[in-house]
Amino acid sequence: MNRRTLLSATCLALALALGVGPARADQTKKPLVFGYQVQDLGNQYWVKVAEGVKAQAKEMGVSVVVMDARTDAARELSNIDDMIQKKVDAILLSPWDANSGANAVAEANKAKIPVFVLDIGVSSGDIESLVVSDNLEGGHIAGRYIAKSIPAGAEVAHIQCQPGYVIPALRGKGFTEIMKEVGLKIVAAQSADSQRAKGMDVMQNILQAHPKLSAVFAENDEMALGAIEAIAAAGKSDQVKVVGFDGTDDARAAIKEGRLAATVAQEPTEMGKLGVKTGVAFLNGQHVEKTTFVPVELLTPDKLGK
Amino acid sequence: MKISLNHLKGMGSLIALLLIVIVFAISSPVFLEGRNLENIIVQVAVIAVIASGAMFVILTGGIDLSVGGVLALAGVLSASVVRSTGSPALAILVCLGVSLLLGLAAGGLITYGRIPPFVCTLGIMSIARGAAFVYSGGIPISGFPRAFRFVGAGEIAGIPMMVIIPVIVYGILYFVLRSTPFGKIVYAIGSNEEATQLTGINTSKYKLIVYGLAGLLTGLGALMYIGRINSGHPNSGLGYELDAIAAVVIGGTSLSGGRGSIIGTVIGALIMGVISNGLNLLNIDPYYQSIVLGTVIILAVMIDQNSQRQRA
Repeated sequence: MNRRTLLSATCLALALALGVGPARADQTKKPLVFGYQVQDLGNQYWVKVAEGVKAQAKEMGVSVVVMDARTDAARELSNIDDMIQKKVDAILLSPWDANSGANAVAEANKAKIPVFVLDIGVSSGDIESLVVSDNLEGGHIAGRYIAKSIPAGAEVAHIQCQPGYVIPALRGKGFTEIMKEVGLKIVAAQSADSQRAKGMDVMQNILQAHPKLSAVFAENDEMALGAIEAIAAAGKSDQVKVVGFDGTDDARAAIKEGRLAATVAQEPTEMGKLGVKTGVAFLNGQHVEKTTFVPVELLTPDKLGK
Repeated sequence: MKISLNHLKGMGSLIALLLIVIVFAISSPVFLEGRNLENIIVQVAVIAVIASGAMFVILTGGIDLSVGGVLALAGVLSASVVRSTGSPALAILVCLGVSLLLGLAAGGLITYGRIPPFVCTLGIMSIARGAAFVYSGGIPISGFPRAFRFVGAGEIAGIPMMVIIPVIVYGILYFVLRSTPFGKIVYAIGSNEEATQLTGINTSKYKLIVYGLAGLLTGLGALMYIGRINSGHPNSGLGYELDAIAAVVIGGTSLSGGRGSIIGTVIGALIMGVISNGLNLLNIDPYYQSIVLGTVIILAVMIDQNSQRQRA
């Protein structure tokens, strides 16, 4: 009895020392193992997606290994190779960009491991499902909010991310659809490359050309926060309402302070959870949609409690 | 005599590599599989090739911090050339040519302009990275013809080019360092530049060649990199200069120059690759991985210095 305890304690210590405790101990039960290749754990957004993945995996008894590409497309590919070597049951992938994602998916396809893409999207390859914020609907929400808060016939502007970026473009598409529907005129549509400083410059130019502007939709919060600085500098904070997208901490603070009118918040944690749920459903033989939408939410001063 | 001793160096890092391999082999059942060993080499191939050039620079007592930026610039330029002309040969020429020129520029500024290597290559890193962003507008240039990707994604008789190229590069450089006058002069410059100069050797010329060689090898690394990921991105190769230097130093090369072996550098690169791969296989949280890597860098150099002292 005593000896057996000692033996198992030694085994346990050995296993712990080698850092394989949980993975080994559970092997008899054969739990599902998922790999999550994340774009960059130095970025708050992706940290939240990874938290969602881990939380949902824990709840469903799935063991998950997170590998970080640290914004390097080559490391992303290496991580996928390591996951294949680990023989994970499914790969959750947040690629660096759609092209690097396509390479990663090609490797996984060769190894016949199902892939679930969380955000960004991939330019080619067979994936089981794309889990992504409902960006088009988010654009609709932003558009409806702006339509409701300014008078008919007022002028609006649209600040865009880089040309060619598919996901922000969907937000813009949703926004312009609503503007057309309600008959509001978009007097200016310009790109500010997703950056705050550029958002400020672009906003300055737009204000110069359209001094009677009433509202602005920016395809991300960074550009929206740049735009409100330019508007404040021009002394038009009461005249021009700005709506952003993402729901970053900075944007939430700006809404509470009354500087930003609203933002359409993504739910990165929810995205991670949905990724794991979709993967488990697929492996259980259930049907999964090619695109799984994560709901977005409009954040206003009322909702955040000023 | 000195050079044959140099050849023996790196044994300490070999011991460290074996220890790390043993730990991972015991703790992960899939670690020693052939496919995984191939993965490891493919994963470190670019760093290994760049590190071989960095090693020559360090042997002369210099340092090259420009490699990440040069890799990005050469990568986006040749990506753009192959996309617009469809000619892989021209794109390869541009990639190697740009890197060679940037290497020679660094060497020229250091030797004839008397700018310290650290400052000069730091400046070039920043200029090259900036130029890569300006040229590409921050947007990756993707989708290459198969022939152009061969260097990074092709294989011969089932062996990936990412394995074949480093083996050839290291084979050639091993020969150059051990059996050519050029190799002996590189060691001599690092040991005592003034004395070497006094024997009538034009050390400036040799240093220029060494920086040019480092640039050329960075260009080769860039071809492998963009071929593998099928995309030239201005953000690529971030931090590769430090990975390359780490591989060289783990391999037992002295940062003050004059001492080190090419085999040590291979082992140094392998140690970095094995650690990153093994920790991935063991589910170690990514945040902890860089702590482990840093610790191993220090430990490997400690073991190496001890083994040197015992031999002395």
